[in-house]
Amino acid sequence: MSNLKKVLEIGKFAVTAECGPPKGADPESVLKKAKFLKNKVDAVNVTDNQTAIVRMSSLAACSLLKTGGFDPVLQMVVRDRNRIALQSDILGASALGIRNVLCLSGDHQIFGNQPQAMGVFDLDSIQFVQAVKAMRDNGTILGGDALNMPPDIFIGAAANPFADPLEFRAVRLSKKIMAGADFIQTQCIYNLKRFETWINMARDRGLTEKAFILGGVTPLKSPGMAKYMKNKVAGMDVPDGVIKRMDGVPRDKQREEGIRICVETIERLKETPGGKGGHIMAIEWEEVVGEIVERAGLLPRPV
Amino acid sequence: MITAEQKPIDEIREMIVPYKRILALGCGSCVAECAAGGEKETAMLASTLRMAGKMNGEDVDISEKTIDRQCVKEFVIQLDDVIDQYDAILSLGCGAGVQAIADMYPEVPVIPALNTEFIGETKDQGYWVESCIGCGDCMLYFFGGVCPLTRCSKQLLNGPCGGSMDGKCEVNPEVPCAWQLIIDRLTNFGALDRLEMIYPPKDWSKKQGAGPRKIIREDQQGSIS
Repeated sequence: MSNLKKVLEIGKFAVTAECGPPKGADPESVLKKAKFLKNKVDAVNVTDNQTAIVRMSSLAACSLLKTGGFDPVLQMVVRDRNRIALQSDILGASALGIRNVLCLSGDHQIFGNQPQAMGVFDLDSIQFVQAVKAMRDNGTILGGDALNMPPDIFIGAAANPFADPLEFRAVRLSKKIMAGADFIQTQCIYNLKRFETWINMARDRGLTEKAFILGGVTPLKSPGMAKYMKNKVAGMDVPDGVIKRMDGVPRDKQREEGIRICVETIERLKETPGGKGGHIMAIEWEEVVGEIVERAGLLPRPV
Repeated sequence: MITAEQKPIDEIREMIVPYKRILALGCGSCVAECAAGGEKETAMLASTLRMAGKMNGEDVDISEKTIDRQCVKEFVIQLDDVIDQYDAILSLGCGAGVQAIADMYPEVPVIPALNTEFIGETKDQGYWVESCIGCGDCMLYFFGGVCPLTRCSKQLLNGPCGGSMDGKCEVNPEVPCAWQLIIDRLTNFGALDRLEMIYPPKDWSKKQGAGPRKIIREDQQGSIS
């Protein structure tokens, strides 16, 4: 059974972290990165060719993590696979003991290192969630054919509280949950006010009772990174106040400031009604996750 | 209409190298509207090729002609009397025009002078934009007259994705977010509730089945001579 599911269902504030697979075939590098996360988080998200850059497959990296004693969250984007491949990979993942999936649209292929690739987008992320739910709960694939063994998968989806139009964000979240999402991981939160507006809208629709919402955080390393994320990364909202705060400390204290902002955000999340966990995306900085979790008062982990 | 753009002149010149007597054949329909392959463009291309041929001392004879529709047999038939005079046809029609001619004259090489682009609309002078992918099962009613399959970069039927910002798409700030347009349109006439349901996966067999798609209408048969 999914460890993440277990933690959420006993009502504990869950912690997940992200681990990007290598740009190569080295299995050791996956486990080396993940080592920093051991006993610090409840589950480890493995990104799926994030920003459309070719990396080791998420499914393979998840399998390595599973063998290493982690509870992996298999991220799957609909950009690269049609409905045949997506459903097939869900069965394969379950067979390998992977118990969580995060169903995503994926960054557009134009952003990565294969801009000439055909974008598949046969299903959208919501249709994908729905398909996985039908596989698990009804034992059927799209079109109705029966499976001889349904996959055992805890289903996740993403939400970006900072994208437009805000009024429609709760509708889309509701569609994801209606489709079958058990848990939601959000885009990185820097604009807490906007996040709280969004989660209040979700609560008004009763959605925080229907799915577990985990708020995303990414520790900033420098003011430059903050500006880059604000200006260059799709769907990111970094308020000027955050950039000013990073700018306001001496260079050798900037990482500490980034960690501090991150810890404060998690603290706020813990107090937010409907906030059921935190998802730490420390990009190429996995070694800091343990410290963040500890300083946010979330150690030891429950299970 | 079907839109197209002329291929680079060097690419065209390379393809016509083996032939001496060439008919540059324009098409008076869609590609004339988008200024790629009408009478005017055909005359220009023929003259450019003649000039280039002359400068390089090549012995090449380029004639020109424009017919109303290269994609309809009853118009293509006009070539019956002249086709023997040429080694090759350089078609300024869309991909359908090139193939219709190739189909009519199995022995004659037909060379495409255009790159066929998309089904689109004329927005302004010299500005065309794609608006239909020809999916075979129109859903414009549900989306307020804005097609997400054509205009959303991720073809989402249940959008918008997390990359919609200030009404723009994440792929390029020049591109309007189709889903913002859909939401705005449906809000304008009070039909936003159409987006509360989950639209099921698209049946792509209506777009790309086995082989090229066909329309067969018995009620229309016999009316074309």
